Amino acid sequence: MSTSNPQAVTLNVNGVPYPVAIDTSRTLSTVLRNELGLTGTKEGCDDCECGACMVLLDGRPINSCSYLAVQTQGREVTTVEGLASQDDLAPLQRNILAAGGVQCGFCTPGMLMSATALLDENPTPTEEEIRIGLSGNLCRCTGYARILDSVIQTSVEINS
Amino acid sequence: MTMTIATTIDEILSGLSQGARPIAGGTDLVVGSRQGKGTLPEHLIAIDRVSELAHIEVGAETTRIGSGVTHATLMTDPTIVASFTGVSDAAALVGSPATRNVGTIGGNVMNGSPAMDTGAPLVVLGAQAELASTSATRLVDLDELWVGPGRTSAADDELCTALVIPNRPESSGSAYVRLEYRRAMEIAIVGAAAAVTLDGDAISSVRVALTAVAPTIISVGGLDAVVGQPADEAALAAVSEASSEQAAPISDLRASDRYRRHMIGVMARRAVEAAARRASGETISVPVNRALGVGAQS
Repeated sequence: MSTSNPQAVTLNVNGVPYPVAIDTSRTLSTVLRNELGLTGTKEGCDDCECGACMVLLDGRPINSCSYLAVQTQGREVTTVEGLASQDDLAPLQRNILAAGGVQCGFCTPGMLMSATALLDENPTPTEEEIRIGLSGNLCRCTGYARILDSVIQTSVEINS
Repeated sequence: MTMTIATTIDEILSGLSQGARPIAGGTDLVVGSRQGKGTLPEHLIAIDRVSELAHIEVGAETTRIGSGVTHATLMTDPTIVASFTGVSDAAALVGSPATRNVGTIGGNVMNGSPAMDTGAPLVVLGAQAELASTSATRLVDLDELWVGPGRTSAADDELCTALVIPNRPESSGSAYVRLEYRRAMEIAIVGAAAAVTLDGDAISSVRVALTAVAPTIISVGGLDAVVGQPADEAALAAVSEASSEQAAPISDLRASDRYRRHMIGVMARRAVEAAARRASGETISVPVNRALGVGAQS
């Protein structure tokens, strides 16, 4: 058994510094949801399989269910709450809604984070590159086609 | 429980000498702790911000891949893709983009799983692990490093700082292929790596290593008969037969021992074929699994 001895750390999430005292064994997803109230990040499998917990660490996707929260200190975490501006959804969010890429919605935050990182790195991905980019995200509702469509549409908008 | 975030190798080695355990991306350690494979160590030292561990250095005779180099880097780095392509094939198959962003070659090697993807290509390329402690640094052959499933011969106070690979002769190629049921978050059902050097059309050297068919990654012996031969059907059949014979697979929920024994021959043949084509100068994109339609397709 690990002894309970909280570490005081500051987590930077969506540009906001959050000073917290947390056990070292806490994963980022549980701290985001239960300490910071950022419940957009979902826990599906809690085993690095499903991608519902995907967040960005310095702009690159990680499974937050399997990443220790204290290890993110000094780095920037972006969650789904960080995508929209005050008044507007991000283009990818608008497009996934318009394409019908959201059904139960549980996978959606993770999909959005993976696709955001993909488009930041590669604004003109091929369909195969999109499939690889989203390969760590499971969806049991949509059959993926409409999610793919929304990423393609966003890519077209970025480049027009 | 505590975590210290290290910024230098000395800081890590000092921490290990006092009983801390290293964590890089945590993709094995943290997941394993929840699956009941083990508990998280009482004292962790994060090694992922030590820039000296994240370099790839090409020397006159060897190339040194820092243990902190991620799979995402290995699958795209021009030096690795050009010269040690089998390592790139393997890195590209690990987990998902999220796993590859934080998972490292040092973590893959030191976790010691017989199903690790980067292990077999490192073996066929003749890689050694560089292990450092506060008192010494040594190079260890991988077949001496891995002593059983999840077990290595490294002492608790030793850190794997790099994988050191001899530079390849002209007309050399390597490849790693994996039998898989799905394209992401998969663990090898079986896998095979090959490194081939050609002299004209003839094989002047060939090494084959096998993934997930024994307690550790194993090298295939007795391939001398194919040296001097072209990489033709007869040579590939000999490789396939030797690989199936020397495998010692288990049955588990993912495959039976008989299926693994049969399929390892198929994977070994395909790995040698792809490595030979690369050795002849042909470009086969990384990973071979996707380029040649081996493994799961979309």
